[in-house]
Amino acid sequence: MSKILVIAEHLGGKLNSSTARAVSAAAAVKPEAIDVLVLADNVDAIAADAAKIEGVSRVLTVARAENAHPLAAVLAPQIAKAAAGYTHVFVPSTTFGKDVAPRVAALLGVAQVSDVMSVEGSHTFKRPIYAGNAIITVEADAAHAVVATIRTASWSAAGNGASSASIEALSLDVTLPTHTRFVELKQGKSDRPDLQSASKVVSGGRGVGSKENFEIIYKFADKIGAAVGASRAAVDAGYVPNEMQVGQTGKIIAPELYMAIGISGAIQHLTGIKDAGTIVAINKDGEAPIFEVADIGLVGDLFKLIPELEQALG
Amino acid sequence: MKILVGYKRVVDYNVRIQVKPDGTGVVTDGVKLSANPFDDIALEEALRLREKGVAEEVVVVGIGPADLTAHLRNGLAMGANRAIHVVTADAVQPLTAARVFQKLIDKEQPGLVILGKQAIDDDANQTGQMLAALWDRPQATFASKVEIANGKATVTREVDAGLETIEAELPAVITTDLRLNEPRFIKLPDIMKAKSKPIDTIEFASLGVDAHDQLKTTHYAAPAKRSKGVMVKDAAELVAALKQKGLL
Repeated sequence: MSKILVIAEHLGGKLNSSTARAVSAAAAVKPEAIDVLVLADNVDAIAADAAKIEGVSRVLTVARAENAHPLAAVLAPQIAKAAAGYTHVFVPSTTFGKDVAPRVAALLGVAQVSDVMSVEGSHTFKRPIYAGNAIITVEADAAHAVVATIRTASWSAAGNGASSASIEALSLDVTLPTHTRFVELKQGKSDRPDLQSASKVVSGGRGVGSKENFEIIYKFADKIGAAVGASRAAVDAGYVPNEMQVGQTGKIIAPELYMAIGISGAIQHLTGIKDAGTIVAINKDGEAPIFEVADIGLVGDLFKLIPELEQALG
Repeated sequence: MKILVGYKRVVDYNVRIQVKPDGTGVVTDGVKLSANPFDDIALEEALRLREKGVAEEVVVVGIGPADLTAHLRNGLAMGANRAIHVVTADAVQPLTAARVFQKLIDKEQPGLVILGKQAIDDDANQTGQMLAALWDRPQATFASKVEIANGKATVTREVDAGLETIEAELPAVITTDLRLNEPRFIKLPDIMKAKSKPIDTIEFASLGVDAHDQLKTTHYAAPAKRSKGVMVKDAAELVAALKQKGLL
């Protein structure tokens, strides 16, 4: 039987919903146990949230000052040590997981399965390659632990269970390197919903034209309570910061409603939105590739159409 | 300081890849191949560090079949001092690639290894992190800004929450994100010059790298297609359609 260790992602003392998505993927393996590992400086609040997730057997915590920031070089040896006795180590495929998981896999001397979309068996998974233009089925060696990152857009977050899992402090005898140090994290301040977990997302592209013009996107998003994203072109042009990028090399998201405004729909962008419930495209070019994937398309000038949409909303 | 740069050849990013009908792979015959875009960025960053006087030598590394030479010549034309070609006809997965780099590091003793954050064919995003683990050195992944001074790299990383800056003592592994730089174009005279630059050829088998534990790919499939949508004529009709779906 399988025993799965899920690595918790957190920021600012709060558990990230990507963790509950990784728990969903773990549950699909039908294991005998799913334990969540919390590595932090202050673990209590994060562990309490993780313990509520349905399907979690135990929450294991390692509280160390060195774990205040998610440095892969510091976290990986602890995770590799904690992985003893587990058949699988699952980590969300966010920048956090993408950074740390391969370091864990290499320490364990095993190949990694990146971006698991579906679980076909305890060691068989589906994952996307070529920006999602092909889906492969891969088999990991059953003789070793499986290290995998979980494509969060493919899995809904496991809900909260009726009772809380037990929380246990883990003491790991690991010497941690000091060759890598955290300096700072610059975060965009926003009261808007989180792009990765929002049910509605409004994204702007090159067609928006400037940083100033992007206000029209923010205003409309606020009107419908949506998070704001952007295409790579809009980020490269400096209209918006990098954390808003949606696509192959940015965030892969699966909102119920995705509105692409002034986005032509390069294949690298489409790969980030394929799992959205309903895709709406607004573009002045009726031939833009975004219309090939849109559920609802509207051709026209976004600067004229957005005010009209706001008016129609009342 | 010497910089090793990973320089992988992949199906060009503009090619719309097709899965073979029998599910045994993707069609690569006659398809345009190019440098992995992230690796071009890695090479560009290494060249800029050399131009700033931080590094003296930039070495591009490719792992692949005999005809990879032409691709490595492009890296030399872009400005690398020399190339190392690890020759193998087999597909190499990230853990194996990391082990190959580890062997080359033992020999070359670089101060810095710069790799693309992912290759756009397998989209694995693993090799740099795995190499840093095997080498027991720092990793700075998804770099959008790199400064080298006083034996350490200060690297700004593109993370989901924003921009994170870390310090890493050298030697270290850096993996590149898209906004780190804009790679230069290769000029004709540089192509001529590249012809006389050295390419060291190393047989994969001679490195003693363990490659038995790769993942087995059993099937390739085309992704599920989204069904063709509808066009609406104006804003009011769009709002009505979304309200009907319960989305607004």
